[in-house]
Amino acid sequence: MSNTSDALVCQGVTVVYRKRVVLSHIDLAVGAGEWLGLIGPNGAGKSTLLHSMAGLADHSGTISLSNGRTPTATDLALVPQTPLLPLGMSVAEYVLLGRTAHLGWLARESRADHRIASGVLRRLDLERFAQRAVASLSGGEAQRVVVARALAQESPLLLLDEPTSALDVGHQAAVLELVDDLRRSDGLTVVAAMHDLTTAARFADRLALLHEGVLIANGVPHEVLDASVLSQVYDTPLSVRTIDDELVVLASPRAKGSLEPAAPEST
Amino acid sequence: MTFAVGSSDPFAEVDAPAPSEVSAEDSALLTGGAFRLSPIPVALAVGTLIAVGLLSATSGAAGLPVAGVLSSLLDHIPLVDLDSSLTVRQESVLFQIRLPRLVLGMLVGGSLGMAGASYQGIFRNPLADPYFLGVSAGAGFGAVLAFGFGLDLGWGPFDAVPAAAFVGALLAVTAAAMVARGPGSSPSTLLLGGVAMAALFSAAQTYALQRLDETRAREVLSWLFGQLSTSGWSEIALLGPYVAVCGGVLLAHRRHLDVLRVGDDEARSLGLDPVRSRMIVIVAASLLTAAAVSVSGLIAFVGLVVPHMVRLMVSHSYRVIVPISALAGGAFLAFVDIGARTLVAPSELPVGVITAFVGAPFFAFLLWRGNGVEA
Repeated sequence: MSNTSDALVCQGVTVVYRKRVVLSHIDLAVGAGEWLGLIGPNGAGKSTLLHSMAGLADHSGTISLSNGRTPTATDLALVPQTPLLPLGMSVAEYVLLGRTAHLGWLARESRADHRIASGVLRRLDLERFAQRAVASLSGGEAQRVVVARALAQESPLLLLDEPTSALDVGHQAAVLELVDDLRRSDGLTVVAAMHDLTTAARFADRLALLHEGVLIANGVPHEVLDASVLSQVYDTPLSVRTIDDELVVLASPRAKGSLEPAAPEST
Repeated sequence: MTFAVGSSDPFAEVDAPAPSEVSAEDSALLTGGAFRLSPIPVALAVGTLIAVGLLSATSGAAGLPVAGVLSSLLDHIPLVDLDSSLTVRQESVLFQIRLPRLVLGMLVGGSLGMAGASYQGIFRNPLADPYFLGVSAGAGFGAVLAFGFGLDLGWGPFDAVPAAAFVGALLAVTAAAMVARGPGSSPSTLLLGGVAMAALFSAAQTYALQRLDETRAREVLSWLFGQLSTSGWSEIALLGPYVAVCGGVLLAHRRHLDVLRVGDDEARSLGLDPVRSRMIVIVAASLLTAAAVSVSGLIAFVGLVVPHMVRLMVSHSYRVIVPISALAGGAFLAFVDIGARTLVAPSELPVGVITAFVGAPFFAFLLWRGNGVEA
């Protein structure tokens, strides 16, 4: 299934955690420059798949770049779901952490590293925050700073782990639009675990639907967002409408007793 | 979208703003100190170290004049020729008694300050310290055994005492770290694990001491209390190489400690191998502690108080905390040692007693105030 236009290829990726199969034989390719949205209910394995791609989860099967190499931090940058924002660390210092993979043995940043980090701060309109402590930022500002750190990594692949789950609707759209702009201008490839199906349909070129660690569907949003499949996977009646040329997923009024409490996100 | 000004093709599109614009903004950021570390704290710490050094060299029973000490010191610099106003006896006091002790105090204090800062970074716990992790006790036990078996051979850095101390130190820190990784662990588990290790190794020390003959036991015991007594420059010859090598390793890894502050997973996604970095830093910090313990016994709280003060007064970044803790730790212990030498003259207080008098209330205050786990 691998071809040269693929930025990242997963073959037979399986993750077993405490004797439980969290991901089962995932075959998935991400095209260069594309936005792939990973969707699925809590515990479906979205985060685990992202973490496997980032080399943070032990897995069997292979995850490789188009040249067959296993990706490293210079190939892909991760924007975590709940980033740790250290006390007393300034925005500038935090963004500069993104240069870690590019530093030499003595781990000293060069002027070029400073220039790249300050360029990223300027692009993301964060210059005025440069001296502020990251821990003092609002949710939306903090998420921009985390994206800035990922950009300072200068990796062609950007992995987003539900990057906007802690943000209100306005900030959600702002962060995702920013990522989309960067993708178009810099030719980045984006893989994002996304909670909100409507947002996923709006931003992603392609969606991969996961359920209980298995890849159920993989294709363009209007193919994958099938009301009956989604209702089954999410265990609740869902309908899919088209409003102003955009796909919108809505929760239908529940049939009595059809909703079970969602499993906690354990992956 | 901007256009290159003055290029042969006026409509050539460029991605970046014009060069002058970039450099102006960049330099505004750079000179604004957003990325670069300010040299002021380092200069202040060096200044304090020198001031404490002069104070120490001129304090004591045989009063040495500041001008005489300075001219005598400068006279020893190659190609500098100055007439020292010190008498031969004063010169001998300065170079055979005062300076070795002063330099030893600075090296031991610097080692403990740096080791403490590094442990705090590695364990992401601002209360970690060689003493509380049981590292000092482990090193002490190793050293007592080596002394007991008569292995203090005077071979400088290749002596068996620092080697035995290192084995003890590594055992203690590994055990404390393992306790902290247990299923029921919380942030304070590491310190409690350290306390358990300290108790265990202290008991082992006491047992080993009991097996020694009385004169030897008294010697070892007075060393164990934390003393900066010297016999010429031999202790410095022992400790110096460890400070150079381990200090260099810790300095080279201080940025790793900053990266580790975002947690292991994020650190790994940024391209750092947390396990490898942690192992290197633990080995270097433990070896440094062990070498310091071998020459000066157990001196508590320096590794806790000094990095904490640096964090409070200068920066939370380990790029700053590690080197400044080395300088400030040296100045702190050298300063405290002036008290140890002079407070009850003509006899002496063990310097470890004074650091405990200062450090224990400070530690209690930190506990009372409640400290974030993340260092």
